Order: sequence, then C-alpha cells, then structure tokens
Amino acid sequence: MLGRALTFWLAGVEARPIEVEAATRQGATSVTIVGLPDRAVQEARLRVRQGIYSSGFTLRETTVTVNLAPAREKKEGTGFDLAIAFAVLAATRQMPRAAAARVAAIAELGLDGRLKPVPGVLAMAEATARLGLHGIVVAPENAGEAMLAPGVRVIAARTLDHAVGAIVGDQEPAPLPEPAEPHSEPYPDMADVRGQLRARRAVEIAAAGNHNLLMCGPPGSGKSMLARRLPGLLPPPSPAEILEIARVRSAAGLIDDERLPGRPFRSPHHSASVAALVGTARLRPGEVSLAHRGVLFLDELAEFQRPVLEALRLPLEDGEVVIARAAGSARLPARSLVVAAMNPCPCGYHGDPGRPCRCESRRREAYQGRISGPLLDRFDLLVEVPRADAHGAPGEPSAPIAERVARARQLLAERPPPLTAEAEMLLGQAVERSMLSARGRARALRVARSIAALDGEAEVTATHVAEALSFRTELLR
Amino acid sequence: MSGQVVVRRGRPGYPGRLLELHDPPAALHCIGRLGLLDWTGPVLGTVGSRTAGEPGLALARRLCRAAAAAGALVVSGLALGIDAAAHDGALDAGEPTVAVLGCGADVAYPPRNRALYRRVTEEGLVVSEYPAGTEPAPWRFPARNRLIAALADVVLVVEARRRSGALITADHALDLGRDVLAVPGWPGFAGSAGVNALLKAGAGLIEDEVDLLGWLGLAAAAGPAPAAPDPQAGRVLDALRRGPAHPDQLATVLAMDAGPVSAAIARLELAGLVVRDESGCWIPLLGRGGGDAEPFLPPW
Repeated sequence: MLGRALTFWLAGVEARPIEVEAATRQGATSVTIVGLPDRAVQEARLRVRQGIYSSGFTLRETTVTVNLAPAREKKEGTGFDLAIAFAVLAATRQMPRAAAARVAAIAELGLDGRLKPVPGVLAMAEATARLGLHGIVVAPENAGEAMLAPGVRVIAARTLDHAVGAIVGDQEPAPLPEPAEPHSEPYPDMADVRGQLRARRAVEIAAAGNHNLLMCGPPGSGKSMLARRLPGLLPPPSPAEILEIARVRSAAGLIDDERLPGRPFRSPHHSASVAALVGTARLRPGEVSLAHRGVLFLDELAEFQRPVLEALRLPLEDGEVVIARAAGSARLPARSLVVAAMNPCPCGYHGDPGRPCRCESRRREAYQGRISGPLLDRFDLLVEVPRADAHGAPGEPSAPIAERVARARQLLAERPPPLTAEAEMLLGQAVERSMLSARGRARALRVARSIAALDGEAEVTATHVAEALSFRTELLR
Repeated sequence: MSGQVVVRRGRPGYPGRLLELHDPPAALHCIGRLGLLDWTGPVLGTVGSRTAGEPGLALARRLCRAAAAAGALVVSGLALGIDAAAHDGALDAGEPTVAVLGCGADVAYPPRNRALYRRVTEEGLVVSEYPAGTEPAPWRFPARNRLIAALADVVLVVEARRRSGALITADHALDLGRDVLAVPGWPGFAGSAGVNALLKAGAGLIEDEVDLLGWLGLAAAAGPAPAAPDPQAGRVLDALRRGPAHPDQLATVLAMDAGPVSAAIARLELAGLVVRDESGCWIPLLGRGGGDAEPFLPPW
C-alpha cells in the first residue's frame, strides 16, 4: 500500500514542499528513509516508529520505505516526523489516505507521540495557503506563529492520535491562541540624548533616507545610545514588512507569537563569526537578516575581524544574502539600516580634549585603515560624535522627529526632489576640489535629497548639498 | 629604478644656485623632469613639522597651491607632514614640484608617502646627492636640507619645533642670503616655538597667499575670489574667528539648528576659509581672497 503526506523544508526563509511517500509490505518491522535525508531526518524513523506505538497505532510485521520527494534536494531538520507518521499511517490504513494527503504536517514527534514545535512554521503556513491545501497541522506552540500567515486554516494538535482525530473530524483540535497583538513595546526616546546636536541630525537624516551611518567618537560619547533610538524614528512596519520580519524570526526560532514584531534592532558583538553575521551553512539566518527592515548596529566596527567585514559588503549592497552550498542555495532578506560606531583610534581618545591619546599616529592610521574603502563606500553618512556633555540640554523627543521622518519618506517615495542649478554647481565644486570621490558625489546627492525632504522642500538647494558634504565619508580616508 | 639621470657638477644642467654652497654636491641623481632644474621663475622652498596637525597641513597645501598656480616652483623634502602637504598643494594646482631626498632618488622614503613619491617622479622631479639605492639615514637629512635652501629663492616654514630640521633649512637659507618666511603660531604650542623664533629673528611673516606671493614677486593668479559666503556662513565664520569650536557649540552659541551650521561650515571649508583640527573643532584660516585685499609689499 502507498500513503502520501505533505510537509516543507526550510531553505533560508523559503518553505520548499516535500511530498512524503510511504510504501509498506509484510515483513520484519522496519522503517527506511530515502531521498537525501540528513542525520536528523534519518533519526526520524526511530522517533516515528516509537511515536506511532505510543499513540496507540501499530507497525507490527510491516516493512516501510519512506521516500522524501523531490529526492535530489538534501533535507534537514526534524519537522518531517509528523508527515512521515501520516504517510505511514495512511499506507497501513490506520488513517484515511485522503485525510493525510490534504494537509501540510509540520512537527517533530516525541517518543511519547507528542507534537513538538519547529522553526520556520510561518513561511510553511504561507506556502500551505499558496498551495491551496486544506490546512496546516502543527504543535500547539507553533499555532500562533502559523496564524500570522493570512488565509490558512491552522490545526493545532497535542499528540499524533490527536492530530489524526482532528483532521478526520473525530476530535476537536487544540484551542488556538488569541491573534498576535500589534507591536507596542516603546523604543528608547531621543529626549534622553543630551547635546549631540549634529549627531542627532545625522541620525534623523539616516532615518529619513535609509542612509547607512558611521559614527566616530571616543568611548562613552553616546554612539550606541543614538543607534538604539533609531528604530523608534522609523515608521512602524507595514503589514507586508511585519510578515517579512516575522518570517526571518520564525526561521531563526525566535518568534514571539503573542505580539507582532516591530522594527528589529540587532547588535552583534565584534567577535561574531561570518556565519553568525551573514548566515550559516545550514541556511539559518544571520544577524544581517535578523535586522531586516530594522537597524543593524555594528559597535566597534574596526574591531570586527576583517573577513567578517568583507562578508558584510555584498549583503549591504544587494539587500539580501545568498548562501550557497553543495546541495543548493538560499536567499535571505537583509535590507536593514546599518549603523556603525568606531573609536577614532585604538585607545579611543584621539582628539578628545579631556584625555590624551596614547596611540602613535601610525597605529591610529592602521586602525582606521581596517575599514576598507569598499566597505566605507557602503556608508552615506559619517558623523563625529564628541564626548557627551552630561549637562547639555535634553534633546527633542522621538515623536516629533519620527513625524518629520515619516513626512520626508513619503516625499522621497512620491518624487525625488530635483537639484537647483546652484546646488549642482556646489556639488561640482566639491568634486573638483577633491572633497568628494565619484562615488562620494552620488552619496552626497542622495543625502542632500533626504535633507531637502526633511526640510519639506520641493528642490534640493545648495544649502542641502553643503550640509550633505559635511557628513562625507571621505573625511576618514 | 630605471630612468635615473646623473647631472655632474661643472656639466650643463647642473643648477648654478648649488655652487653658492661651500660644499656643492658632486652630482645630482635625478628621476623625473630634468628641465625643472633650470626653472626661470621664483623657487619656493617649503619645510615644516613632520607631525603637523590638519590646520598646518591645510595651510601649507593652500599656500603652495597658490604659489605654484602663480608661477613658483615648490621644492621640499618629501617628508611626512608639511613637506608632503607642500608637494600635494603644487600638484593640486596642476604644477610640477621638486623633492630633494636624503636617500637614493630611487628609494621611496618614507613608505607612507609612496604614492606621492610616484606622482612627483611622474609630474615633477626627485633629486638626491646620493647614488641610487642609498638607504635613508638620520645624518643625511640635515645635509639634504642645505640643498632645499640652496635651490630656493625663498624658504617658507610652516610649524616647526625648536631644534628641528626645518630650522636647519632656515639657517642654511640665511647663510645663503635667501629670504626666510614663517607662519606664526599660537604661543605655547610646541609647533609654534620654531617659527616664532624665526619671526623674532626677522623672518617675513606669512598669514596667507597674498603675503606669500608678495615675497615671491608674483601677482595673485586671476582665479575667482573665494565664493562670498552666505550670511549664515558669515555668522559662523565670525564665531570661529573668536576661537575654535565644534559644530554643536556653534549651534548653541548662534542659536542655529545643527543642519544650517553644518551646511555653513561645509561652504566655508569648500572656500578654504576653515579647517578641522584633530578634535573635530573648526578653526579659521585667513582668506583675503584674490582681489579685495592690498597685497603685502616686501620692504624694498
């Protein structure tokens, strides 16, 4: 007899369908899995066999061959257990074949027959809806996450026999949780930042035009304080963006199913590996993807290992990560606003009037040289952040800034403001005096547009261009 | 390196000025445009501190750019700091420059100036009294300084500590009867001691290119005067003339937003009127423009 069930495997944030076929014949009891399973999938045969017995089903004197199709893709993970069990039960007529084949089944099986949650269920639930299946069967812990996907029936089940009962209609599925609430956790407020007028302005421009920002200043000057306040200046994510953010978090197993995600803020430590930052060979999202649609903060940029910094370049350019391995490749989104902070020198106090710098000029240059030109090219804005003035006036709170940013973003989306002749001339002068490189010209133009939009003006004036010049990254070369 | 030409004393092409030295070099090893050895216009030797900060470098660059554009040949020693800025300024103006080395003319020293060395060999001239391959050594640099003094009509010192190589050059210049000029420094800074001592001893005081061109006997190049800054830039410049300041301080003092302050500073920077120091503060450079100021006339 032949039984069929459907499940998915997760390549990055993409759910790829797998058809599970089980063929049975009389013989010694055994389960064999073929179709490029990895070790965790291979072990499924033991979990499935025991889970079947624990749930009151049987496999006596049955030899089962399970095939995972398409057989050419190498599959990873433990989420196939339930679908394998369904296929086996259908093949042995312990559940209706049609019932097993019309749902997607995603859960790991415990030896006691319980369903356990797995990562990536959101993308799988969306794929279920796209394929027009009857519904998706998941562990109760995964139900909230699956419900984020629009237009899909979620069937939560506690055990294997509960799952079978819920599909055929003999039993009520487990109760579903309340739909997730909108994101409500407040971000830290810009009012906490005293002084730092120019740096605050840079942060506002970055938010308005999605400009990657590099801050340079001594320790304790408030660089990370500013960075942490940036997500709160961006407009709340659109429903589509919320799904994108949730999909990555789901794939990383980090989802909070009671509250929709807001703009992420990720701050990987400078000792992070390439895999942690960009994504692993097992196609799990790295920090650049977890920061998708939010802010990726790279503190102590010059302390990151060189290969890590170089690996960041492509994702920053393309807005996505492509992880390729022998068996296939995955694309992960990585469209974040990058904010980096660095000290001006190894000891951190170069140029600080309050404390002498202990670095030789050669060491200082070597330190700044660790940020390669091509990486520096990814930053539109460079701002020096002087040592904080604890007695400075409290700054403008986030709310009015966020309003200006929202208006500017709308303006920029509608129509990028054109340059006045005077602005064009100033830009040309800056290139001529070698204040700007050719790439720098394009960057300064983008920044000037955002400044004009923040000021609510329909044209980019020479003043906007001049201000953009003051943030040029060429100052670090 | 190939392309090295040796010019021997007593042969055509050997600069006559060097014969004024009591120990003229027996030969000059040259890489680059040999014709620069008999430059007919004025020759400006520029020397100064190797550890000068950005303001000093910016001023040296600006003065040498103006001098070169007006027809002077800039000669310096390709050292770090002021020397490099002087060569840079001349090349910036699209004019050649001469570097006198304290090692073989084929030795790019110091390594951090390698790119500049290459540019000077291509667009200007590198000379040395030492044969090819001679390694740099501390005692060769003071000897090199006498050649800079001898080749120049006028020697300009920008930032120099007491007992520095730049002062050795100035001493040689005085021995040879060349004019010595110095940019004054704020009393108390290490980089001011040497130049201020020269000024006390009677060196010409240089505040900007108008002063310098006067000493060189050149008219200011007929370029456009620095763009008249808009009123806001004018306010910012006035504030900076009272003392160096960070943009945040300027915004507070002038009750302006950070945006317009940054824009004003960038315009002033583009006009060459202000320069940023190491701590991120901006300081003014004297800029009297091309035409609106009386040129300073040397006392003869």
